[in-house]
Amino acid sequence: MSMELEKFEYDNSIVKKFIIVTALFGLVGMLVGLIVASQLAFADFFNDYLLTKYISYGRIRPLHTNAVIFAFVGNALFAGVYYSLPRLLKTPMWSKAFSNINFWGWQFIIVCAVVTLPLGITTGKEYAELEWWIDILIALVWVVFGVNMFMTIIKRRERHLYVAIWFYIATFVTVAMLHIVNSFELPVSFMKSYSWYAGVQDALVQWWYGHNAVAFFLTTPFLGLMYYFIPKAANRPVFSYRLSIVHFWALIFLYIWAGPHHLLYTALPDWAQSLGVAFSVMLIAPSWGGMLNGLLTLRGAWDRVRDSAVLKFMVVAVTCYGMSTFEGPLLSLKSVNAIAHYTDWIVGHVHIGGLGWNGFMVFGMLYFIIPKMWDTKIFSDKLANTHFWLGTLGIIFYALPLYWAGFAQYFMWKEFTAEGYLAYPNFLETVTQITGMYQLRVLGGTLYFVGSAVGVYNLWKTAAQGTFLPAEADEAAPLKTIYAAKKGEHWHRWIERKPVQMLVVSLVVVAIGGLLEIAPTFLIKSNIPTIDSVKPYTPLELEGRDIYVREGCYTCHSQMIRPFRHETERYGEYSKAGEFIYDHPFQWGSKRTGPDLHRVGQKYPDSWHFKHMRDPREMSPGSIMPAYPWIIEDDLDRSLTLKKISAMRTMGVPYEEGYEDYVYAEMDEQAQGIVDNLANDKVKIDKNREIIALIAYLQRLGTDIKNQNIEE
Amino acid sequence: MLKFIKGHMASIDGIEIFPLITLVLFTTMFALVLVWVFSLKKAEIDEVSSIPLQGNDN
Repeated sequence: MSMELEKFEYDNSIVKKFIIVTALFGLVGMLVGLIVASQLAFADFFNDYLLTKYISYGRIRPLHTNAVIFAFVGNALFAGVYYSLPRLLKTPMWSKAFSNINFWGWQFIIVCAVVTLPLGITTGKEYAELEWWIDILIALVWVVFGVNMFMTIIKRRERHLYVAIWFYIATFVTVAMLHIVNSFELPVSFMKSYSWYAGVQDALVQWWYGHNAVAFFLTTPFLGLMYYFIPKAANRPVFSYRLSIVHFWALIFLYIWAGPHHLLYTALPDWAQSLGVAFSVMLIAPSWGGMLNGLLTLRGAWDRVRDSAVLKFMVVAVTCYGMSTFEGPLLSLKSVNAIAHYTDWIVGHVHIGGLGWNGFMVFGMLYFIIPKMWDTKIFSDKLANTHFWLGTLGIIFYALPLYWAGFAQYFMWKEFTAEGYLAYPNFLETVTQITGMYQLRVLGGTLYFVGSAVGVYNLWKTAAQGTFLPAEADEAAPLKTIYAAKKGEHWHRWIERKPVQMLVVSLVVVAIGGLLEIAPTFLIKSNIPTIDSVKPYTPLELEGRDIYVREGCYTCHSQMIRPFRHETERYGEYSKAGEFIYDHPFQWGSKRTGPDLHRVGQKYPDSWHFKHMRDPREMSPGSIMPAYPWIIEDDLDRSLTLKKISAMRTMGVPYEEGYEDYVYAEMDEQAQGIVDNLANDKVKIDKNREIIALIAYLQRLGTDIKNQNIEE
Repeated sequence: MLKFIKGHMASIDGIEIFPLITLVLFTTMFALVLVWVFSLKKAEIDEVSSIPLQGNDN
């Protein structure tokens, strides 16, 4: 048997590049987060001094989420994979060119996001806001990453695929599937497209995507990194490799079904809701199995946690993972969800995951990799400690006030007086009640941000005092090309040895969940009870709706009234699936920083909306909503209206043939009606302004069935 | 009124089979994984789980 060792080198420079952008975009993303948090906590200040459309809350809140998820955590994911994968396989990455396309392509996508989102160019689907051509770029770059990873696996010198690599494979396969399915959209122009799906379907696909983006972008790759870096930092193998196998298969099978728990008590079909709940509850088992596996790896070595910044960060990260994966199933129980949904509890929950699990895993990993690659020690243990404590306190000060705010607001929403009226009929009262909590949250965010800045400084100084090793030599025996299966060898060896089989099996496992969950909703197109009085939007309303999407109104306002007495009392008739069949994309929202808008149509006069958009405080003193003067000043761009109508028709919205001939005339007529209404209330405005279209849309919302006698 | 949130699926033939398929699939898969995991030999496990600890960056 020839055992001649082959010499090769690991490419550290690609890891270095990804590390630099991870740190940079991490700080930027957190800073944007601080700004949006401050906009809620100090609304008057922003309205008085910093009122510009480009940093309006609804536009930069998606910038924050995209930046921290895809730029910060995404680049860290690539850094971690490009560092660990070659070392686990004893071979360099397959192609330096592909590694670099992956790097520059991803950064280009981030720049596109940074430019388009503040400009209001958005698809209006949470965590998938980027427009169609950026979606295509994402798919291409992701495939480049996947091909590079697979070719590396094929060229490996280590026969076994360590469990971390399974997690990487599942990440690649599932994110590709989710992204492609969720991004079906019909372009109207370079900067505008409509989701192919409408209403209930769109919601289901979106949250199937949204939840699994959490699962397969923020969780599985980091579990892979956990299985690599914790054993390395503790210098001992993982607690139970058997458990890690069960962890892997159970997790990827269960996660994919859990999406509908984001839509409990909505117009989503009951069976899908129940399925989502059942699988969410079951998820606690593999999640905690994984958490315990990570923590127990340190059994008998806990003293090392005291001295190792890497372990400190990772222990808190894994603990936060345990907390949020306990909280997740809890929140998906219908009774708990009834309280938490639409409140700040959810925001607190995701930040335990984001700041604790992802953020601390990333920094733990950086504290490990950078001293290795620069052949030195951490510049200052003291600063690392400072970073650790600021971060930990930051997480606590971030989450606790939001838990408080969530409960406080829910109990105010649902409180009735002895006479049977809402105790707080004015939604605003429930908001002003919790602004103190919003301010505390800013404090928490600031602590975390300052901690991260200290960390980045420390890592920078670490690199500066060392010498960068662009390539790291290693040697290993090649794999024999023909491998004869040993007699009696277990069948799973077949999968484990062959990465392509692994990919196929993982894809099948996640696709089953996806298909069984989503397919029925596609079959029901004709079964969503259509309501005769629900008609397509008029062209003016459609344009108004696009303004609503552009300004990210969905980041604070839901359009989904749940069938609870306190909601129907406050907002009106609860929302029906059949009301959304023309909504491309759906705008149900997931957070009520402001009131639900589904039945806002005809509730107030046109002039109320006009004044409210000009300055919300004029109509609702104390409101924290930003003013939208540009909607009043800017003319409506009608150049795409005809294309929009025909795009909608392509997607099945029943605009009659030849409608284009009198679209503009109809728009003018409807606009004139609103202008006249406004004039009666002494508001003079040109009929071509954006505000007219927006008012048309808002006044239409939820009115189709308002005067309907719905039969039981 | 409830017809708007309940019974969307009633008119699809065989819809009730979906949750059953789900349950059977998951249970089967889970059982297979368990069987496999417990059939692994100690030596094999030790070999695989020590992979990250090899190399010169420890």
